Amino acid sequence: MSKAPASVEFRNVSKRYGAVTAVDDVSFGIEPGTLVTLLGPSGCGKTTTLRLIAGLEMASSGTISIGGVDVTRLSAADRDVSMVFQSYALFPHMSVLENVAYGPTVQGAPKALAREMAMEKLALVGLSGLEKRAPSELSGGQQQRVAVARALVLEPQVLLFDEPLSNLDAKLRRRVREEIRELQIKLNLTVAYVTHDQEEALAVSDRIIVMSNARIAQSGTPYELYEEPASLFVADFIGDANILDAELVEERGPRALVRLGPMELDLPRRGATAGPIKLAVRPDALRLAPADGDGAGRGVDGRVAKAAYLGKQREYTVATPVGDLFIVDSGRTPARLVDAPVRVAFSDSGIVVLPR
Amino acid sequence: MKRTTSARIDAAGLTIVAWAAFALAPWHWLDFSGAGPNWSTYPLGGAGSGLALALAPALGWSGEWWLLPILAPLALASAASLPGRDARVRAGLLIAAGALGLALTLGQGFAVGLRGWNAQWLAALFGAPGPRQEGMGLGGVTVLACFLFMLCRGLAGRGWCRGDAFVVTSIGTVVALILLFVFYPVGKILVSAVQDNDGVFAPYEFVAKFADRSIWGLDCVGGNLRCGVAWNTLLLGVLVGLGSTALGLAFALIATRSGFRAKGALRILSVLPIITPPFVIGLALILLFGRSGVVSTTLSAWFDIPPTRWIYGLPGVLIAQLLAFTPIAFLVLVGVVQGISPSLEEASQTLRADSWTTFRTITLPLMRPGLANAFLLGFVESLADFGNPLVLGGNFEVLSTKIFFAVVGAATDQGRAAVLSIVLLGFTLAAFWLQQVWLGKKVYTTVGGKGDSGLPTPLPRFVAWACYATALPWAAFTAAVYLLILVGGFVRSLGRDYTPTLNHYLTAFRIDSGASGLRFTGSAWDSFFATVQVAALAAPVTAAIGLLTAWLLTRESFSGKRAFEFGTLLSFAIPGTVVGVSYILAFNVPPFELTGTGLILVICFVFRNMPVGVRSGVATLSQIDKSLDEASLTLGARSFTTVRLVVLPLLRPAIVAALVYSFVRAMTAVSAVIFLVSAQYNMATTYIVGRVEAGEFGLAIAYSSALIVVMLVVILGIEAAVGQRRLGRREATPVAAVAGG
Repeated sequence: MSKAPASVEFRNVSKRYGAVTAVDDVSFGIEPGTLVTLLGPSGCGKTTTLRLIAGLEMASSGTISIGGVDVTRLSAADRDVSMVFQSYALFPHMSVLENVAYGPTVQGAPKALAREMAMEKLALVGLSGLEKRAPSELSGGQQQRVAVARALVLEPQVLLFDEPLSNLDAKLRRRVREEIRELQIKLNLTVAYVTHDQEEALAVSDRIIVMSNARIAQSGTPYELYEEPASLFVADFIGDANILDAELVEERGPRALVRLGPMELDLPRRGATAGPIKLAVRPDALRLAPADGDGAGRGVDGRVAKAAYLGKQREYTVATPVGDLFIVDSGRTPARLVDAPVRVAFSDSGIVVLPR
Repeated sequence: MKRTTSARIDAAGLTIVAWAAFALAPWHWLDFSGAGPNWSTYPLGGAGSGLALALAPALGWSGEWWLLPILAPLALASAASLPGRDARVRAGLLIAAGALGLALTLGQGFAVGLRGWNAQWLAALFGAPGPRQEGMGLGGVTVLACFLFMLCRGLAGRGWCRGDAFVVTSIGTVVALILLFVFYPVGKILVSAVQDNDGVFAPYEFVAKFADRSIWGLDCVGGNLRCGVAWNTLLLGVLVGLGSTALGLAFALIATRSGFRAKGALRILSVLPIITPPFVIGLALILLFGRSGVVSTTLSAWFDIPPTRWIYGLPGVLIAQLLAFTPIAFLVLVGVVQGISPSLEEASQTLRADSWTTFRTITLPLMRPGLANAFLLGFVESLADFGNPLVLGGNFEVLSTKIFFAVVGAATDQGRAAVLSIVLLGFTLAAFWLQQVWLGKKVYTTVGGKGDSGLPTPLPRFVAWACYATALPWAAFTAAVYLLILVGGFVRSLGRDYTPTLNHYLTAFRIDSGASGLRFTGSAWDSFFATVQVAALAAPVTAAIGLLTAWLLTRESFSGKRAFEFGTLLSFAIPGTVVGVSYILAFNVPPFELTGTGLILVICFVFRNMPVGVRSGVATLSQIDKSLDEASLTLGARSFTTVRLVVLPLLRPAIVAALVYSFVRAMTAVSAVIFLVSAQYNMATTYIVGRVEAGEFGLAIAYSSALIVVMLVVILGIEAAVGQRRLGRREATPVAAVAGG
């Protein structure tokens, strides 16, 4: 790679369509050479944000810079940014090679050079030998790689992915996302990646920006988002969480004494004040114990309301006095039947106080 | 930096072209048909350049001082082209130059006419009659276009349409052309309707003409007198709408929901209306049922039934239009019937409804919008039809023919023609409006993107029989009519003398090989060549403008897009006769003096058929994912490159459709062009109509069948030449299957 990766900087960027605001006063930065995911439910503005980086939409206000240069008013063709589209957007009337060589060709590169650049990138994604094919003669995963090769061929400062895995089957997704991450690290690329799949985001990202209702809900490393969600929305969206009503009994400096049903928990306070609060409890923080309980650890008694067998794990919903609890049991324990009385044990980690 | 430079180069290029056109090119329209333009006085005189004519009065020569102000916007444009200017300032200067230039150039053109000042207040201010000038020519039009492009370039520089100059210029060009060739002529009709024939404002005359008994009279209800022409037109339109819808439905049901064997034959129905000049049906009816028609003479010989003139009038026109427009209804309704998801009918049957109940409660209601659509189409087509009422109408007058005779008849009355045009235009626009309001919101498309594997329910038995009973005799009748058209040219005189002869073809298409090579001495050759020439010129222009418009409509968002869309489709709703009258009114006088040229025919076809290009373009483009364009943009291609390399190759089917339709429609049109033809540029259709009026049926029918054959050849030829869209679909060859797996 001849070019150094560039940073991306959004400063108070908004995008409005008439009365609708798709992106509302958003500011964030992407460090050079990192992979940042824009994550959120559909309609949250993540794709619009990506298209704003690409120059396919023009910001209504605010400034966007790439590599320290203000590009807010530059059209897509003038920005050094490439994009892998959700539908791949491979030109159906061109061969694989013609597709990948399209960028250099329209930039005025000689035919031989364009071809050489294209072949190099096709080799990089492992598609050598398929360059004469039409895109429709390739499998979904191969088409996806052509799209990546085409986006890489101009060695852009920033590479954008718009839900690149959504058209692949579940098994392929894991492999392709690993390949994308490997490629990003190997070529030291700045990548912005849009997805609505939180597991995918956690797996590939250096940082994740969670968006909700056209605004940023939280941004941070995957660990920060999972372990320290800033809001109920983030806690619920990233990983499953049982959201429970609890009461903060006593503030103890950075920690707090929280009462949840019959239990008293000592947790990081995270800015919450005394009074009713919400707790996010990860399903893996809960464990099923025999109903008559040997008393080991804290817990509540309940009754199995739903049970599902998923092979590598069992999922239960248990009705308890503190609310319905969703529990993932990945141990090789015997199955619990619906209506069986059980005790739910709470571990020490995986329980967070949600700040107001 | 790169962008600023390219903006400067654009500005400089436009300015140079504008200066060259103003200084060198003949400003006015030159007439090459007669002795040719007089070059001896160049750069002054009739072929003089704008600059010379503008400066001449200052030196005491005769010139045109009103061209002098155009120097001001040209100076502004020059200032914008200087290097080292700020981009915003440059854009501002270009906008000013473009807007001022358009205003001044058009202003002088409309102010100074053939006979002095065009407006009374100008005459009052500066004294009558004032200066005179001819219409604009190469110089004037080029300067106008340059000013328009400058304005667009400037607006793009100010950030319109994401700063994309190609997009802004495309929008500007299409809008300007539509304003000039659709709205300006129609506006001219409205204006001349409220004027008397000397151009004086006369609202009372308009009211009197509008409320005239010959238009709205209802005498036929009570007595034996004739009804107003408006009522005749409406009655005919409704009857044709109902009839063609019923027949079309019968055909559509047979084609899609029955085990009928000869479905392929029904498909021919869909090609017929495209390649048949509209009045040919009327002509065939005369040859069948006229006083000396085949059927009439046979009946009188065998059963002693005296031949009458019953075919001339409402019955004849009705039958002719039903024959002509039933295929259109069929095309609409086939789509509708196929669009009904079979699983809905299967659902109904699993709920214990028998086939008749299913048909009555599910199938028919789902077809209702399609039926209404077919009815309105038939109605509008009937209103716009000119050829059949002209040859078959007799005493039964409709608006389109009445308009024609108001312009070319013994009592020429342009004001009256304008009023009648307004009535006809009102009817058609009302029908289109109804269609939009009524059907626009209720789209009963029941086939979604998901696979639908149900089987259509067979028709209830007696519905099927009703369909066969209606459709099959009608199909036989249609076949007989077309057979007659093809055979008629080869016998001496249909109905009287069936001796086989090639005389009609020889008269029309004789080719002599003399000393000077081949000579086309047949009487039809002139009009035939003129028609092919005009149609061949019009087709690519129509396709280009139509597809460009379609691309703008589907891919770009800009303010006023709805109005833009309406404007592009409006010309489709205007009946041909109205277009003809409006073009005469608008383009007979400066600044755009085009009547009598071949150019006006080309322009007329381009803007009448453009909506076909727009529609087929929009249909194809909406199937092409927008992300293809965007992928090209993010790879550094500008919008023009994207259109050239990505959009156009994928648009091939739409290009074929637009080329075929515009060519064929230009060959078969009669209503608008009959006003615009000249001795030099006679069209095939108007020539044939002339032969029909002169009673030379054999020649007319021979020429018509020749036209039909030529058009078939052309359709197949264009399809072969432009080819099918190459999508590289997986093909069922063993090689591809192995390699693909």
